[in-house]
Amino acid sequence: MATLTEAPPPLTPTAPEKKPPRKRGRLVPYWLLLPGILWLLVFFALPMIYQASTSVQTGSLEEGYKVTWHFATYWDALSEYYPQFLRSVLYAGSATILCLILGYPLAYLIAFRAGRWKNLIMILVIAPFFTSFLIRTLAWKTILADGGPVVGALNTLHVLDVTSWLGMTSGDRVLATPLAVVCGLTYNFLPFMVLPLYTSLERIDGRLHEAAGDLYAKPITTFRKVTFPLSMPGVVSGTLLTFIPAAGDYVNADLLGSTDTRMVGNVIQTQFLRILDYPTAAALSFILMAAILVMVTVYIRRSGTEDLV
Amino acid sequence: MTNDTSGDVRLSGISKTYGSFTAVHPLDLTVPQGSFFALLGASGCGKTTTLRMIAGLEEPSSGTVHLGEQDVTALPPYKRPVNTVFQSYALFPHLDIFENVAFGLRRRGIKSVKKQVEDMLDLVQLGEQARKKPHQLSGGQQQRVAVARALINHPKVLLLDEPLGALDLKLRRQMQLELKRIQTEVGITFVHVTHDQEEAMTMADTVAVMNAGRVEQLGSPTDLYENPRTTFVANFLGTSNFIEAEVDSKSGDDIVLKAGGGKLVLPEARCSAPTATGGKVLVGVRPEKISLTPADDAGDIPEGRNRITGKIADSSFIGVSTQYVVDSPVCSEFEVYAQNIDRDARLVPGAEVVLHWNPAHTFGLDAAQSLLAGTTGSAGIQEEAAV
Amino acid sequence: MTFVNWLKRNLVVIAGLLTLAYLLLPNVVVTVFSFNKPKGRFNYEWQEFSTAAWQDPCGVSDLCGSLSVSLQIAFWATLGATLLGTMIAFALVRYRFRARGAVNSLIFLPMAMPEVVMAASLLTLFLNMGAQLGFWTILIAHIMFCLSFVVTAVKARVMSMDPRLEQAAQDLYAGPFQTFVRVTLPIAAPGIAAGAMLAFALSFDDFIITNFNAGSTVTFPMFVWGSAQRGTPVQINVIGTAMFVVAVLFVLASMAISNRRNKQKA
Repeated sequence: MATLTEAPPPLTPTAPEKKPPRKRGRLVPYWLLLPGILWLLVFFALPMIYQASTSVQTGSLEEGYKVTWHFATYWDALSEYYPQFLRSVLYAGSATILCLILGYPLAYLIAFRAGRWKNLIMILVIAPFFTSFLIRTLAWKTILADGGPVVGALNTLHVLDVTSWLGMTSGDRVLATPLAVVCGLTYNFLPFMVLPLYTSLERIDGRLHEAAGDLYAKPITTFRKVTFPLSMPGVVSGTLLTFIPAAGDYVNADLLGSTDTRMVGNVIQTQFLRILDYPTAAALSFILMAAILVMVTVYIRRSGTEDLV
Repeated sequence: MTNDTSGDVRLSGISKTYGSFTAVHPLDLTVPQGSFFALLGASGCGKTTTLRMIAGLEEPSSGTVHLGEQDVTALPPYKRPVNTVFQSYALFPHLDIFENVAFGLRRRGIKSVKKQVEDMLDLVQLGEQARKKPHQLSGGQQQRVAVARALINHPKVLLLDEPLGALDLKLRRQMQLELKRIQTEVGITFVHVTHDQEEAMTMADTVAVMNAGRVEQLGSPTDLYENPRTTFVANFLGTSNFIEAEVDSKSGDDIVLKAGGGKLVLPEARCSAPTATGGKVLVGVRPEKISLTPADDAGDIPEGRNRITGKIADSSFIGVSTQYVVDSPVCSEFEVYAQNIDRDARLVPGAEVVLHWNPAHTFGLDAAQSLLAGTTGSAGIQEEAAV
Repeated sequence: MTFVNWLKRNLVVIAGLLTLAYLLLPNVVVTVFSFNKPKGRFNYEWQEFSTAAWQDPCGVSDLCGSLSVSLQIAFWATLGATLLGTMIAFALVRYRFRARGAVNSLIFLPMAMPEVVMAASLLTLFLNMGAQLGFWTILIAHIMFCLSFVVTAVKARVMSMDPRLEQAAQDLYAGPFQTFVRVTLPIAAPGIAAGAMLAFALSFDDFIITNFNAGSTVTFPMFVWGSAQRGTPVQINVIGTAMFVVAVLFVLASMAISNRRNKQKA
């Protein structure tokens, strides 16, 4: 286009193209998707297939493995490691519930009550990510140390009596008990609960609270009938984002637990990286994946929130 | 108006379908250079789609768009000498007012834009605000930025998509006059999309009333109001009363109709329905054309006026006028607006009255259509666009 | 009575702050113990104050090397995942195409999969392909699991963007490329930045997937893991504290800058 300083020249459009009418880049989306989707197909989907095939192979490291459709591996793995599976579900479930109970007030605080402190609190929730979670998990070893102030306080308040009656602790120790593992899981995945909760709470129009109050709802009723139902998408994605990684985690069980608190993640890790029994490890991993997919699907269906992403 | 036709917009057989939904049925329309043209209709009637096809933001499913002599159907929006004032303005939030206005010039490779932009901002009285971001301006100011941003490019045609929809009533009135002034000043063809009949009538030289993807009627605001050709137009522009009548005879240029035992006269030129004897015709009349006389004084009504008897069901005083609802044998809920000049104390609910009007104010419509088309709540209004 | 009322009204605030304290307690411990002078190999019990570790953060062999490996991987993984993820996000929001549902599932699944499953299956793939485990396999894995999170972050931003802005640009003579560079990208930038920051944090802090696919390469989390078995040097607390402080300062500074910019314009 010519460079003029005064009134721009009337545009002289080029002659229109012949019919058929222009296709405004119908291939564009496919080009945009191609690299990323290819990446996921090769490094996410394809490995799943490899793993499925590995799980029905037999052989040994020295002689190599062959697909022999040996489904017995699944049965063997399940019958040997079902306690670890149950423990994973139990620990991850408890941690998820604790995260919801602890995380909701914090998310609510950030969304409605924090005022000018909102950004600071947000930063404080996210910033610990930058201190490696392993270092932070190790810090729990100090916090929950035998004879330390936390354990002492729990002992004085007779909390430990209750938890040991529940089988969560033994004696006056917290470290190396299920309680320590659940505590670590809760701590580690709490931000994954708080952030989606905050996002969906923040979308709620503050006037709805006033309207509910105006219509004779007490604060607690307002919460039950208005706030909580409207925050359901956050509750659903928060619980999923907590439960899924917690169920597969082995770091907390390893660092804060004992051999009696081993979860399925620990088994997979040991089988894969130490014992090198690939078929069993693959079968365990496949069962874990299937179990979680089934649970997630049922959960999403029942809670009626289909669009999580 | 000039004889220059380079700013004509000519749509021939243009249509738009989304799957099985037809947003715009094949449409022929010519907007002459320099005119202020309004596309009026309820949401979902296809008016915005039509506008977007002129802008190039929507590909027509069939037909062509010409600007002057040039076929622009296949041109993308950024190659068309047409600019748009978008609904809710679509000002770029990351650029300040100056850069928003300069955007089009810069994209066309014009280097020194400063003077032009400043002149333009002065024209819309926003010279002081040049370095503010759009969200720091009021609705009315944003609207003026949107107009400035489009006009600075000297388009052949300016398209306005509900440009005043987000403003409050008072500001809207003010901007209507402002836009009309700018249009007269720059002499560019304006195509204006609106659902507000008053806005269309105030501003436009020519109005096309659209309904369900079709143009129902096209004409000057007066013509559309005084002589609607469908019940949709009659109801959408203002209020109309309808009487179902039967053609009885013809006398000269007039048609005589039977309705509920009485006779009504309708000028044949104002009837858009077939007028074979015995055929049904909808007789329409606007509420403000009707006079009310208490039944006792019926003798005082001059000869030659259409008359109907009834009983006042309701009346509401609204300052300049009083609005009556009258029950009559030929039409329940007849609306009558009477200027508050000499108020007759006898005109209260329950009173027997005669309604009468000049036959020249009567219009005749095809009886084979819904009486409610174009009223709020009718299907034509409720239909939502798939856009 | 007034105290009870005050308590009632602020119960949620108190509970929220307690949760925040729970979240930050380990960081306090990490910071305090970065000034410890432990007896023996493990830094779990308070002995005496010392700034020795702060004066010599790289004093432990391999520690700073592993940190540098982690930072490099996080940088490239962020770059890769942000680029690929942004492209996918735009395709999903802005275009209609076939197999949309399948694409959405493929994006969602990595987020709904325990890391250990992805880690194990990816290792199976690499073993089958005979790939050399190390820097590149870690990078590949990190891009893979960061991708979905970037897509989600960018998608949210692009979805909330008024499509009329791009139409307005087109109407004002900007071609597709100009429209993208001058309008779409600047407006989507906060979403892309959020996605990139998330990717960086996820990659830098990842242990499980890395542990499976690292071969003999040692990242910072793997160094910490190893030291948890062999003995924890105070220096890892120093690094952890420093990263936390740098992250907080970085965010505060960028907020201050954007605040000031807004005020200047006003």
